[in-house]
Amino acid sequence: MGVAKYIKNEKDEVRDVTLQSGIHVKPLYTKKDLEAIGFDPDKDLALPGEYPYTRGIHPLGYRSREWTTRQYTGFGAPKETNERFKLMISHGQTGLNVAFDLPTQMGLDSDDPLAEGEVGRVGMAVDSLRDFEVAFQGIPLDRIGAGLTINAVASIMLAMFQATAEKYGFKKDQVSATPQNDILKEMIGRGAWIFPVKPAVRLIGDTIEYSMKELPRTNPVSVCGYHIRESGCSPVQEIAYAFQIANTYIEEVLRRGHHIDDFVRGFTFNLNVFGNLWEQVAKFRAARKLWAKNLKERYGAKDNRSLLLRGIFGGGGYGMTKAQPENNIIRGAYYALAAALGGAQTTALCSFDEAYTIPTPRAALLSLRTFQILMEEIGLRDTVDPLAGSYFIETLTKQMEERIVEEMKRVDEMGGMIKAVETGYVQKEVARQAYEFEKGVQKGELIKVGVNKYTEGEEMEVELHEYRLGSAEEQVQRLREVKRERDNRKVSQLLKDLESAARAEKNVMPYLLECCKAYATLGEMTKVFKGAYGEFKEPSIF
Amino acid sequence: MEKKIRILVAKPGLDGHDRGAKVVAQALRDAGMEVIYTGLHQTIDQITHTAIQEGVDVIGLSIMSGAHLPICEKLMKEMKKMKIDDILVVIGGVIPKRDIPPLQKIGIQGIFPGGTSFDESIRWIKENVKQRV
Repeated sequence: MGVAKYIKNEKDEVRDVTLQSGIHVKPLYTKKDLEAIGFDPDKDLALPGEYPYTRGIHPLGYRSREWTTRQYTGFGAPKETNERFKLMISHGQTGLNVAFDLPTQMGLDSDDPLAEGEVGRVGMAVDSLRDFEVAFQGIPLDRIGAGLTINAVASIMLAMFQATAEKYGFKKDQVSATPQNDILKEMIGRGAWIFPVKPAVRLIGDTIEYSMKELPRTNPVSVCGYHIRESGCSPVQEIAYAFQIANTYIEEVLRRGHHIDDFVRGFTFNLNVFGNLWEQVAKFRAARKLWAKNLKERYGAKDNRSLLLRGIFGGGGYGMTKAQPENNIIRGAYYALAAALGGAQTTALCSFDEAYTIPTPRAALLSLRTFQILMEEIGLRDTVDPLAGSYFIETLTKQMEERIVEEMKRVDEMGGMIKAVETGYVQKEVARQAYEFEKGVQKGELIKVGVNKYTEGEEMEVELHEYRLGSAEEQVQRLREVKRERDNRKVSQLLKDLESAARAEKNVMPYLLECCKAYATLGEMTKVFKGAYGEFKEPSIF
Repeated sequence: MEKKIRILVAKPGLDGHDRGAKVVAQALRDAGMEVIYTGLHQTIDQITHTAIQEGVDVIGLSIMSGAHLPICEKLMKEMKKMKIDDILVVIGGVIPKRDIPPLQKIGIQGIFPGGTSFDESIRWIKENVKQRV
């Protein structure tokens, strides 16, 4: 595991293929392989839209509905981001996926000394409701759903989103937000954590519980195998870890006395698409089946709508290369094909210049056009789950399924995902595999075109997105203005109320909503939580 | 016997993408160096203090967010102030070509953008380190 391996003989014949998940691929598959693995088309497949949903969650696949396209967008001040949102929507994008800068992801205001140099750099800067008002001004929030790529402070941002929607006259049941809100994967792979594991998971429980009643169209959590894979794990582990993380959040809500069928429909997944095409397609098919089984058998879900694995399959960042960046345009097209053959409801692609910096409008548009060409020109909408019944794909789907189950068992034996993260078990496993992958590429076991083979040719300079230094200063100015204009007495009272709620382990969402409406800042609210909860300490894994 | 090179692998600032830092840490260790990894979200103060406490020969920064110039400027200034500017500083991460000259100007010579091979960076460190006593 760790890296896919291709072994060739001196005549350049491929002698052995091992996928990243550790599965050996045979040169030929026949009916006998399906028999050997015990494939039963009725039990393993059924029809699309039917349990176990291996073939898709909708009976007609993309015939009834095309996928939603959501390029990850956001930089500088909210006004610049708002303009880019509108540009992408005018080009036919059907959803938003908001990128926040690092201070925002870490719950720091733009004037915090720790934010220096980072304001507006890798995403949009947000300090208060004022910024959300500007960012979503003129966006039809009843039609366009908003993915919010935020985790540690997702509860605060969801409250801010609700306050914004209200301000612009949308009803609570009209708007749909998808905050990423998956803190365990941040602790494993992406690093934007603040609070310790247990209170952080409790905050996620709060958002789920709150959304059930208050924001029925919102998907309060998007569980990300994506970033764990970006950090080094195999496709099998990507799904196994994501499901065990989801199970942790499920149990947090069940603990509060709710029934699984009342909330689990709000769960979505964010999964990765780079690497071997067949392995990714089989992964998505196996994942749909296992998620349905997990809910039915482990949690006793009765409502069929609870069993559907919905999600964004896309990105592919780690497959993209810095060398010969134009090759990433072609890679992106194949990754999008994997997502489509895997039955993605929503998609997004890393743009070809993202190994350098955040994408230029031209690069982002190319990604969007990639999706449009797939859906409109080459026949991906013709028929649902077109690879079903293939000797190879069905065998591989079963093999992936078996391995995902084994990997999930390993986490169960550790005592669940919270333990596995607190002790650093998953982090260690992921880092080890990342190292194996890198060694494999440097030794040439896994070919990356332009990196370790076919490296000749002119070096191409990419046009880079410019970071505008002035936007940080403007952001700090706006923050000062907000603090001057708001009712500061009211804000401090509301922050005190928030603190008591946090300490009493009440659901904090209604308190956050009031704070946001009064223009309390993200930094102020986060500080309250830090006081009540403390901060996460990384387990040492070396 | 030759003393092992001690290197601090540090993740300064708010960026949490640590795949690169952790991979390089393992490669440096396999190359016979003693590696100390700081973990995430380190301030410059924390990094210089750890460097002094651990008596390292090299500080290796990993930065993915694009904020490498302001971060490196701050580090070099602080190191001068603390009189530890004899420690070799190297940097890896998402570093566009055009930022290499300004980084060199503030005194960082070991610059390893994404895609640099382990061999190349390890060789460079071994050739350029002045072991401290």
